[in-house]
Amino acid sequence: MTSETHDWIFLAAAAPFLAALVAPVLHRLLGARAGWVLALVPFAIFLQFASLVPLVAAGGTATAAADWLPAYGVRLSYFIDGLSLVFALLISGIGTLIVVYAGGYLAGHPQLGRFFSFILMFMGAMLGLVIADNLIALFIYWELTSITSFLLIGFDHSRAASRRAALQALLVTGGGGLALMAGVLLIASVTGTKEMSEVLASGDVLRNSLLYVPILLLVLGGAFTKSAQFPFHFWLPNAMEAPTPVSAYLHSATMVKAGVYLLMRLQPVLGDTVLWMTILPLFGAVTLLVGTLLAVRQTDLKLMLAYTTVASLGLLVLLTGTSSEKAIEGAVLYLFAHSLFKGALFMVAGIIDHEAGTRDVTKLGGLRKLMPITFAAALVGAISMAGLPVMIGFVAKEVLYEGLLGSSIWLLAAAVAGNALMLVIGFAVALKPFLGPEVHTPKHAHEGPPALWLGPVVLGLVGLASALAVGTTGSLLLGPMAAAVFGGPVESDLHLIPTYISAPLLLSILTVILGVGAFLALDRLRDLVARALKVIGWGPDRGFDQVVSVIVRFSAVLTRSIQGGRLEVYMTVTLALVALTLLLPMGLTGTWPAMPAMPEPTFYEAGVILIALLGLAAVVAARTRLTAIVSLGIQGFAVALIFMLFGAPDLSFTQFMVETLSVVILTLAMTRLNLAERDHRPSSQRLLDGTIAITCGAGFGLILLAVTQQAFDRRLTDFFDAYSRTIAHGRNVVNVIIVDFRGLDTLGEIAVVMITGLAILAVVRLSGRRRVPVVPEPEQVVASRHSRGAETVR
Amino acid sequence: METALAGLVAAFFATSIYLLLSRHLIRVLIGVAILGNAVNLLLFTSGRLTREVPAFIGLDEMVPAPGVANALPQALILTAIVISFSFFAFLLVLGYRAYQELGTDDTNGMRIAEPRSEPPPPMGY
Amino acid sequence: MRTLIFRTVAPYIASLMLLFSIFVLLRGHNDPGGGFIGGLIGASGLAIYGLACGVATVRRAIRVHPMSIAGIGLILAALAGILSLPAGVPFMTGLWVYPTILGSEAALSTPMLFDIGVYCVVMGAITSIALCLEEYDGD
Repeated sequence: MTSETHDWIFLAAAAPFLAALVAPVLHRLLGARAGWVLALVPFAIFLQFASLVPLVAAGGTATAAADWLPAYGVRLSYFIDGLSLVFALLISGIGTLIVVYAGGYLAGHPQLGRFFSFILMFMGAMLGLVIADNLIALFIYWELTSITSFLLIGFDHSRAASRRAALQALLVTGGGGLALMAGVLLIASVTGTKEMSEVLASGDVLRNSLLYVPILLLVLGGAFTKSAQFPFHFWLPNAMEAPTPVSAYLHSATMVKAGVYLLMRLQPVLGDTVLWMTILPLFGAVTLLVGTLLAVRQTDLKLMLAYTTVASLGLLVLLTGTSSEKAIEGAVLYLFAHSLFKGALFMVAGIIDHEAGTRDVTKLGGLRKLMPITFAAALVGAISMAGLPVMIGFVAKEVLYEGLLGSSIWLLAAAVAGNALMLVIGFAVALKPFLGPEVHTPKHAHEGPPALWLGPVVLGLVGLASALAVGTTGSLLLGPMAAAVFGGPVESDLHLIPTYISAPLLLSILTVILGVGAFLALDRLRDLVARALKVIGWGPDRGFDQVVSVIVRFSAVLTRSIQGGRLEVYMTVTLALVALTLLLPMGLTGTWPAMPAMPEPTFYEAGVILIALLGLAAVVAARTRLTAIVSLGIQGFAVALIFMLFGAPDLSFTQFMVETLSVVILTLAMTRLNLAERDHRPSSQRLLDGTIAITCGAGFGLILLAVTQQAFDRRLTDFFDAYSRTIAHGRNVVNVIIVDFRGLDTLGEIAVVMITGLAILAVVRLSGRRRVPVVPEPEQVVASRHSRGAETVR
Repeated sequence: METALAGLVAAFFATSIYLLLSRHLIRVLIGVAILGNAVNLLLFTSGRLTREVPAFIGLDEMVPAPGVANALPQALILTAIVISFSFFAFLLVLGYRAYQELGTDDTNGMRIAEPRSEPPPPMGY
Repeated sequence: MRTLIFRTVAPYIASLMLLFSIFVLLRGHNDPGGGFIGGLIGASGLAIYGLACGVATVRRAIRVHPMSIAGIGLILAALAGILSLPAGVPFMTGLWVYPTILGSEAALSTPMLFDIGVYCVVMGAITSIALCLEEYDGD
C-alpha cells in the first residue's frame, strides 16, 4: 500500500475558512452573483481531491501532517483513503452546487454574505472531519460542524421556531459530541495512539479490550445523535427551519452522514462483534421504519424529505452494523446514491417553494408545464430514491438486498418495507406538485433561474452517469471506499442490469409492488399514521421541551438558593470555609506548630503591641463614628511603629502617611455618610460572627507561627543583598527591589493605583449628573427598619 | 518575638473579619482597612524579624552588613500599602455612592442586582 | 476647619511638603525614601492645602488635573522600561549614565526615571482622590 504526502491538503482544509472570511466582502461587492465566484473555491477543492482518485483506487493513501500541540500529542494530520475521498468529493462537489444554489435561492437577502460565510465554514469543518487523521482534530472538526449547523439552522433568528430548532440541534449533537470525545480519549488510551490510521492498524486491540463496551457506547452516542438515529431523530426534521440550501447540504447530503462516517470509519476495529451486530441493526431498523412512517404523515415537501433522510440514515446504520462484505458494499453505494438524489430533491423542494410560494404538497399541482427543467430533475431524483433502473439508487438497492439476504429475515423485511415507503415519498415529492390540474399557488409559478436548477440537474446527471458506468464508478470510487469500511479487500462486481433472475431482483419487484400500492393509498395511510400518533400523544420532541423546561426551572431555583442576595450570608460562608481551610489540614495531619517559647519583647515593643490591641478593641467597641475613625488611626500608627522597630523605616514612613490620609478621607466621607455607628447585630449573630472571626484569626496566627518555626530560606534575600549595590548601584535595598529588580511588578502596581484613581473619579462624577431614582420595595423598607430597631433610616 | 507578632496578626485578622461580617457598610469598610494591615503584618512577620537594623548598605560597603532586616517582604509590603489604600478609597466612594443612591447602609437593603422577588426566567427559546 | 491661622500657614506647609517630597524621592535609591513615600507626602501636602484654602485654589495652583500628572507618571515609568529597547537589552534593564552637570558628576539612570514615574502616579492619583472627596458636596 503506497502512501503519498501532499501538502496541498492543508491548503484544501483551510481554503473554505479563508473563503468564509472574504464572503461578506465579496457579497457586498457583487451581490448575489458572489455565489458563482465563491463556488470556485469548493470546485477547486473538488478537482484537487479528484486528482487523488487513481492513487486511492490503486489502494494507496494520501497524508499530510504538522505538529499542533506536540505536548498533548495533538497533530494537525490528514489521512485520505477510499472512505475519506468519496466523502471529500461529495462535500466539495455538492458544496459547489449548493453555493451557487444559495446565491439564487437567497438572492436579495440582506444577510446573504453572512450565509455564504457560515456555509463555507461548515464546508471546511465537514471536510476536515472526514480527512482528519488525528482523533483530537477529528473531534474538534466534529464539534465545529455542530456549531456551524447551529448558526445555519438559526440563520433566520427572528423566528422562535428557528431558534428552538437551532438550540435543539446544538444540544443534541453537542451532547453526543461530548460522548464522542470521551470515546475518542478511551480509544487513544487503549491503543496508545491518537492517529486514526494507526488505530485502524491496531487489529483486535479495541475489540479485546476491557473498555470495549464503554468505548462502543460512547462512540455510538456521538454517531447516533449526529446521524439522527431513533430516539434522537427529532432534531433533524426541526432543522428544516433552516433555509433550503442548508437542508439540502447539511441535513441530507453531508453533516448528518458524519455519524455514519464515524461508524464506517471504526467498523474495522469496533465492528464484527455480537454487540455491534445487535445494537446497530436494531436501532437502524427502528429508525428506518419510524422515519418512513413519519414521512408519510407529512404534507410539507421538506418535512417529507427530512423524515426519509432519517430513514435512510437508519438504513445505512443497519447495513454498517451487519459487518458483512456485501452489505457494506450496499451501504457505500446507498450512501453515495442518497447524497445525490436527496440533495437534488431538497433543492427541487426549495425551487418549488421559491417559485410557487408554498411547500404544502396538498396545495400544489400541475407545475410540469411551468417548470419543466425542475420537473425533469425531480423525476430523475425520485427514480433513484425509489430504487428503479437505470439510476444508481437501483444498483445500491440490489446490492444491499443481496447483502441482507444472509442475515435475519426481520432486517430484510424492515429494509423492504422501508424502501417501499421511500418509493412512496419519492414519487409524492416528484409527481404530486407537477402532475394533475394546475392549482392556484400563492406566487405565480415559473421556472427558476439557472443558479437554482443547475444543482438538481447536475446531481441527477451524475446519478445517471455513475449508474450507466457503474463498473468504473465501482472500481474507482466505491470499491476502495467499501474496502476501507470493511477493513479488507472487497470483491466488487457491479452491474446495472441484473444478469439473471436473482433473489434481490425479486425483492426489488416486491418493493415496487408494495410501494405503488401504498402510493395509491397515500391519503388513507397518512390518516392512519396521524391517528396513531394522536393516540401516542408524546414524542421525543416534546420530551426535549420538557427537559429544557425542567433544567431552566431547576437552575432558577438553584441560583436563588445559592445567591440569595444577602451579602452577610456570602461572607459568612466564605470566611467559615477560610477558617476550615486554615485549620483542617493542620488538624488532620496533626502538624500543629510547636509550643513557642515565651517572647521577650522590649519595653517599646510590648507597648506598641498593646497600643495596637487597644486600637483594635476600640474600633470594635466604638459607638460614635469619631471614636471609630480615631481608633482606626491608632491601630494603623501602631503598625507603623512596629515596622519602625523592626528595621523597616520606609514601610513605617509609608504607613504613617497612608494612615493619615485614610483618617482624613474617612472623616471627609463619614461626615456625609451620616451613619449611626452602633452594631446592629443581635447577640446570637454576634456570637456566630465572633466565633468565625476568632477561628479565622487563630488559623492565620497558627499558620504564621508554623511558618516562622520552619528554617528560613534566605536565597532570595541573599540575592538581593548581594547584587543591590554591585549591579543596581543602590544602597537602599528595598527601593532597589521596587524600582529595579521587581520593576515590572511595580509598573503593574502603579497602573492599578492609577486605575482606582480614575474609577473613583468616574463614580463621583457620573453619579452627580445622571440620577437613577431607586424606589425601595415597600416590604423591604419595613423589614430593614424592623431589623434595625430604633435606628433611623434616612 | 515572632510569636508575639503572630498573636497580634491573629487579633488583626479576627477584628477585621468580625467587622466584615457586619451588615453595616461603614463597618465593612473599616474591616477592609484593617484586613490590609493584617495581611501586611503577616507578610512582614513571615520574612522574620530583625530588631532596628534596616536593610541599607554602608557608604563604603558593597553588601549590607550581616544581620540586617529582610528587604524582600518590605518591598512587597510597601507597594501593598499604597494599593490597599487606593482600594480602600475606592470602596469608600463606592459605598458612599451606594448609600446615596439606595438610601440605606444596610447590605441587606442593597438588592438592585439580586432583587428579592426575581421574575421567573423566560421559558421560550 | 478653615481657621485663619490654618489658612495662612497651609500654603507654606504645602510647599514645604512638596519640596520635601521631591527630596525624599531623589534620595530614595540610597537612603530611606523613594517614589511611593515621596508621592504620598506630596499628595498629603496638596490635600492639606485643599482643606485649608479650598479645592479650587489647589486646582488653580497645580494648573493640570492631578490625573494628568498620574498619567504622565505612568508614561515615564513605561518609558524607563522601553529605553532598554534601543540599547538592545531586555525590557527594564537598568541603564546608567554619569554626565557632569555644573562641574559635579550626577548619576542618572532608568531606575531613577522609573521612580519619578512612580512618584507622579502616586501623587497624582492620591491627590485626585483626596480633592475629589474634599470638593464633593454630596447632597
